[in-house]
Amino acid sequence: MRLKDTLENYTFVLPAVLIFGIFYIIPFIWVFQLGLFEWDGIMPTKIFVGLENFKEIFSADPSWWQSMRNAGYITLIALTFQNALAFLLAWACDREIKLKNFYRAIFFIPPILSEIVVGMAWRFIINDVDGANIINRGLIGIGLPQLAHNWLSDPKSALTTVALVHSWKGFGWGFLIFLAGLQTIPRELYEAARVDGANAWQTFRKITIPLMIPVIVLVAILTILGSMQAFALIIGLVGGEFAGHTSVPVLRILASMRGSSRFGYACAQGITFGLILVIISFIQYRFSKKARQMT
Amino acid sequence: MKSAIYYKSKKITLNVIIHLFLLSVAVTCIYPLLWMVVSSLKTQETIFSDLSLIPRQFHFENYLLAWKEGGFGKNFLNSIFYTVSVVGGIVIVATMAAYAFARLRFPGRNVLFIMFMAAMMIPIPGSFVALYVLLNKLHLRNTPLGYILCMINVGLSTSIFLLKTFFDKMPKELEDAARIDGCSKLGIWWHVALPLAKPVLAVVVVFNALNVWNEYILALIIFDSRKFMPLQVALQTFQGEFVTNYPLLMAGLTITALPIIVVYLLMQKYIVKGVTAGAVVG
Amino acid sequence: MKKNSCFRIFCLLASFIFLLNFSGCGTGPSDSSTITIWHWMTDRDASFQALAKQYEEQTGIKVDFELYAPSDAYSQKVRAAAQGSTLPDIFGILGEKRDFASFIKAGHILDLSSYMNESQGAWKNRFFKKALAVNEFSEQNSYGVTPGIYGVPIDIMTIQMVYNKDLLKKLGANPNKPPVNFDDFISLGTKIKENNLQGLVSGWGELWMVDCLANNYAFNIMGKDKVIATIKGEVPYTDPDWVKVFTLFQQMRESGILAEGIVTMVNKTAEQLFATGKAVFAFNGSWCVNVYKGMNPKLNYGAMLPPRAAQNYPVSIWGGAGSSFMVNARSAKKDAAIKFLKWLTDKEQQVYLADHTFNLPANKDSIGRIPEVMAQFADDVELSTHPNTWGVSEFPAVIETLDRGLQSIIIGEKTPQQVAAETQKVKEREMAKRR
Repeated sequence: MRLKDTLENYTFVLPAVLIFGIFYIIPFIWVFQLGLFEWDGIMPTKIFVGLENFKEIFSADPSWWQSMRNAGYITLIALTFQNALAFLLAWACDREIKLKNFYRAIFFIPPILSEIVVGMAWRFIINDVDGANIINRGLIGIGLPQLAHNWLSDPKSALTTVALVHSWKGFGWGFLIFLAGLQTIPRELYEAARVDGANAWQTFRKITIPLMIPVIVLVAILTILGSMQAFALIIGLVGGEFAGHTSVPVLRILASMRGSSRFGYACAQGITFGLILVIISFIQYRFSKKARQMT
Repeated sequence: MKSAIYYKSKKITLNVIIHLFLLSVAVTCIYPLLWMVVSSLKTQETIFSDLSLIPRQFHFENYLLAWKEGGFGKNFLNSIFYTVSVVGGIVIVATMAAYAFARLRFPGRNVLFIMFMAAMMIPIPGSFVALYVLLNKLHLRNTPLGYILCMINVGLSTSIFLLKTFFDKMPKELEDAARIDGCSKLGIWWHVALPLAKPVLAVVVVFNALNVWNEYILALIIFDSRKFMPLQVALQTFQGEFVTNYPLLMAGLTITALPIIVVYLLMQKYIVKGVTAGAVVG
Repeated sequence: MKKNSCFRIFCLLASFIFLLNFSGCGTGPSDSSTITIWHWMTDRDASFQALAKQYEEQTGIKVDFELYAPSDAYSQKVRAAAQGSTLPDIFGILGEKRDFASFIKAGHILDLSSYMNESQGAWKNRFFKKALAVNEFSEQNSYGVTPGIYGVPIDIMTIQMVYNKDLLKKLGANPNKPPVNFDDFISLGTKIKENNLQGLVSGWGELWMVDCLANNYAFNIMGKDKVIATIKGEVPYTDPDWVKVFTLFQQMRESGILAEGIVTMVNKTAEQLFATGKAVFAFNGSWCVNVYKGMNPKLNYGAMLPPRAAQNYPVSIWGGAGSSFMVNARSAKKDAAIKFLKWLTDKEQQVYLADHTFNLPANKDSIGRIPEVMAQFADDVELSTHPNTWGVSEFPAVIETLDRGLQSIIIGEKTPQQVAAETQKVKEREMAKRR
């Protein structure tokens, strides 16, 4: 009986494991092996170099770590600004307010739009040369002309501008998941809290937040993944790595693979990158478990 | 009496603030969409010289041209086919797995779950080449099935993660009741867990539909013949190597965005109706 | 209750379609007499298809052109297909000479020398010499490839400067005499700023176009031999001549001749700015003729060489074969494929392609009735050079350091000396690694 039970349970994960085993694990092993080789991606012969590629990443590739820092910065802004925005919007739309169906439909436009459109449309707003520099005109209009400058081509502001546009493009996902999460909170709990005389802020802190922690963690992890791997929008906004100021790991991996034809090195970079992401995410996961136990 | 007015005016102020906030965000969301649609109605000559938001002439023929020149007809059907198949496949495979990870006990459960999570995070840069060689060996290259299976795999980890988070949160009482009624595990999954998970299922559907709908690189690599290509591949031809036909590109982008918007609006219903309003036991 | 069953039906339907797939349809091998060609040239696809139809009518042999765009994805597809040994009869390779060499060494590409040379080189002599050079591996090339010709050029291109005649007039300069010397060129910077215009635009957000201009000036200042000696490691990048090359970019920055934000510009944006008359100069390839025509048919402009910065050596520009086709060495239809490529590079077909796609033909007999600006570009083909013809390749890491360094100079972060030192450091590191 027990054995039958266990087997029955296994059938639930079997399809997923099969597909995953064939289409993820096999390519993954291949890529992992390649990280130990020097290979241009074309020749039939590969030169075994052991851990040389990884050694190079850690000791002789400052541009890689610069790109990690940049991606970290983008992620940090996405985690705070984007998710706060998404949560606030979802919370507002979860309330009984007018036009909420309209808002719900509108807030999902940015994720749907192609990076090309987003890049061009935002360049139009924030760029001087090929745009209408609406932001700068606004700044001059409200008496702050000293703040007006070329947001995208100034190395000091390029990355922040990119990160903000990225957050804008991504908040729709957080909004959607938060909204789905808020929907699963039984209305009776709110009712009960109101009867007990709790005000909106207390209800928010004592009921909404604790119940939403797993969803917040989920969104946070998805945000980390999405932001660390962003690159299409960066090309759309600033054309590429901008002398390193807007370089991100995916662009570095692509540069190794295509520009330098160092397929093995690109694989090693990909694995290093992935492992770092895994570590960050699991620390966060653990952290959240603790937080959940505390509330 | 005084306090009632006080509360009422406070509530109105709060609502005004909320609406101002929501509206200002909404404006930034509508603007690029509008920009795309307006650009699609201009000509290659006027798109960069006439920067007004309302073009002087509306070139609706761009849409017809984009549809014809891009060979959208056939590709459109392909894309719908791939999207429905992949999303359908993911919904079934991922909900079963996520349900098992959340509710059922079996040896190796945590190890397997951690593996899926790790997979979500490790991007494989050279995986296209690996997948190509693999599919070639399996005789699945240049077949829709090969593409669909690959795409299911792409969306699997994230979907399982999303679903498990929500299954974990769900009340167990209903499942217990169903078990007492003599429902099998599969029956509980289908009759109880799935309906309960509707909001998150809707998110999974939107997420994966968008993913598959916008995918073109893998399709380009594993399909040799035009007849299998999805819509996005046709769209790429408008951004030529040298000449980009911007109005046609924008028209094409608008056309391709429409089905996703429809899917989103359809699914939204499930996201917001959620547990409280939906019937539970079927 | 009803909603619920709707949802269920949707799920069922989806899974049904999903299962249906398993019985799915594979594809049989394509017709054995059809020649399959893979390419990435979106702008030439329609003309290729038309020519294929013509060929089928003439010979009864079906030619199947398959387009895979964008070029990045195409490039990955070709590499993947090389691994799976499923390359088509004819294909093109994107990438550097080193990659080309790897494809040859892996046995994917047929040596066409004997076909090119038969009947006193009738096929070979059709082409511009420069167009063929890109596909040629000379004796003692550094790649270890058997000398020979490995590709058929379809068209040629050059990368040089264009200037807006009307704007030049507005600046008080002779619209038919663009600046010839570098100093005259950058002295226009102040006037351009006063008139609220942009000076030089180019896609310098993508590295290779910065690299291209730097190479042009390296040839101008130190000559080809010294550039190649640098690549071979005999001359350091800290050599005064190289510092001089880097300094030109600093001078351009300081003079205001460069468009704002040129380092974050992709070439399509640059083209947009030049076509709409916002920029006076552009550094661009010969394909721009077609782009500008689409965006602004009335644009009054001319082509020019980059203004020379030194008198010792002539200015060189990049040029040569724009795109080439290679024959799969493992194909069973080699002879038919070669026959088709011969037909495709015949005078008539080349004229047809030039007329319809505005690319310069690779067949030199076809240059006759092309627009003036295109003729200007074509005239300069003889002055052109290309890294793929030098017989040696610089390390990618060195090229990248140099190009990023140039970007840093342009935004005022680094001095030419710093960039020279950094580039040399990477060069030495790479050389040490190869030994």
